[in-house]
Amino acid sequence: MKVLAMDTSNQAMSIAVLENKRVIGEWTTNIKRNHSERLMPAIDALLKEVNESPEQLDRIVVAKGPGSYTGLRIGVTTAKTLAWTLGKELAGVSSLETLAANCVGTRAFIVPLFDARRGNIYTGLYQYDEQGQLQQIEEDTHISAEQWAEYLSRKEGQFVLVGEDVEQYLETFRQYLQERVTAAPSQQHLPRASVLGLLGQEKAAEDVHTFIPDYLKLAEAEENWRKAHPNELEDAYVEKI
Amino acid sequence: MEKKLILAIESSCDETSAAVIENGNKILSNIVASQIKSHMRFGGVVPEIASRHHVEQVTQIIEEAMETAEVDYEDLAAVAVTQGPGLVGALLIGVNAAKALAYAHHLPLIAVNHMAGHIYANQLVEPMKFPLLALVVSGGHTELVYMEEDGSFEIVGETRDDAAGEAYDKVGRVLGLTYPGGKKIDEMAHKGQDVYGFPRAMLKEDNYDFSFSGLKSAFINKVHNAEQKGEQLDPEDLAASFQASVVEVLVTKTVQAAKEHPIKQLLLAGGVAANKGLREALKETMAKELPDVELVIPPLSLCGDNAAMIGAAAFSALDKQEFAALDLNAKPGLLL
Repeated sequence: MKVLAMDTSNQAMSIAVLENKRVIGEWTTNIKRNHSERLMPAIDALLKEVNESPEQLDRIVVAKGPGSYTGLRIGVTTAKTLAWTLGKELAGVSSLETLAANCVGTRAFIVPLFDARRGNIYTGLYQYDEQGQLQQIEEDTHISAEQWAEYLSRKEGQFVLVGEDVEQYLETFRQYLQERVTAAPSQQHLPRASVLGLLGQEKAAEDVHTFIPDYLKLAEAEENWRKAHPNELEDAYVEKI
Repeated sequence: MEKKLILAIESSCDETSAAVIENGNKILSNIVASQIKSHMRFGGVVPEIASRHHVEQVTQIIEEAMETAEVDYEDLAAVAVTQGPGLVGALLIGVNAAKALAYAHHLPLIAVNHMAGHIYANQLVEPMKFPLLALVVSGGHTELVYMEEDGSFEIVGETRDDAAGEAYDKVGRVLGLTYPGGKKIDEMAHKGQDVYGFPRAMLKEDNYDFSFSGLKSAFINKVHNAEQKGEQLDPEDLAASFQASVVEVLVTKTVQAAKEHPIKQLLLAGGVAANKGLREALKETMAKELPDVELVIPPLSLCGDNAAMIGAAAFSALDKQEFAALDLNAKPGLLL
């Protein structure tokens, strides 16, 4: 299976080409620059570099969130349009799972996280099992770092935090988990599309048309409206005219 | 002439649209998915929600446009997309989908200005004859654009504050109408009389610029004063009085500019071009004052945002081989 994988869910932009379990090429940057301008040229350049063309791919894998709303939409729109128009399979992988998978070799609980501002984080809980398979222990969520740390403190065991924003929240977790929590080594903090591509081969193919990012959070206006109108949600808000 | 087909995509605000256009003037398909029902809940377009809806719709709408037109990618000469102006998050969906399509099928990519699109909607009705003047009126714009030739735009007049469509939305809110109020105000205006004599802004000034914020304030004051005094105002007369002011200013300034430029055609464009009062008044005044200038008014289906107009506007870029690269980005403040 030939796979093109892409992750634009946060500041890092990573794309990779894989053939089954073998990584053929990968391009990762971690700079504050626009994903919309850079994603398509990067895909073009990487595929050319590894002598592949989009027609030869079997599957497109995309990091489906959580993360920056705009970043997610750039990746998901590009991935779903490519998959649909080329008639390829599309698979989505949690952006947090992709990050957690970096922590290979540890049996500790893995806590991937992205800053979601105002003390909140996007996070989840993962663990490699005895067979070396990454297992999801808790659903990905949007929560205050403090609440998450407090919740995790009720579990027994060691925790490793992973992600570019770990530094910012390590203290908060320390307050609840003390020496039971550590930060992952620096080389594991960046999401890698090669890892994403490996995970994405194990996922079921998605329905391309209806595939959308996992924002894990409603738009603020939507959230307020639903609170004020608890029983009025309709099925179809978009209509052909 | 060889048939040249363009697949066009538009997602600048709250409509996801895809179209296939032949030679810039014939619609093979024009699929429009409107989110208005969603944004009605909030009394206006919420950018984040608009962006989310676009992702849900984009590939389905493109598929339907291709199927309706009964064409395949080999039949296409280019992929065109709205680059701006518009909501950045919304524009990004169309831009990234278009780039993926162009890349996947080795097709040239054309970036289109949304306002140019509104003007070129007229090319789907009548061939454009230059030089021409276009009155572009929508929720975000009120502009008089002089086009010496294909692809050249000179803004000779514009609003100094609110766009005409924006004034309609705000007045609609004051009248307690559901968003967007423009269509309803137009209907009400036809049943009422211009009895409140709202101001006609900048009519006496020696330029082609517009202003609608004074009119909006006058309207709000009228309604609030009456409420305080416990007076009853007739909503239909209010609508008629408001619309009479907007239409008179738009038509007078436009016809003035039309007289002072050597034009063959006058085009009406943009969402507010759907307004019956404006269409009728412009027809009547032009027939009386400039019978030799051809007036083109697009059908209602081409007044609101749609991808057909983007495909029409893209045709001259295809002719001139003006293509965008894969690093194309959305430009929310793009100017004509």
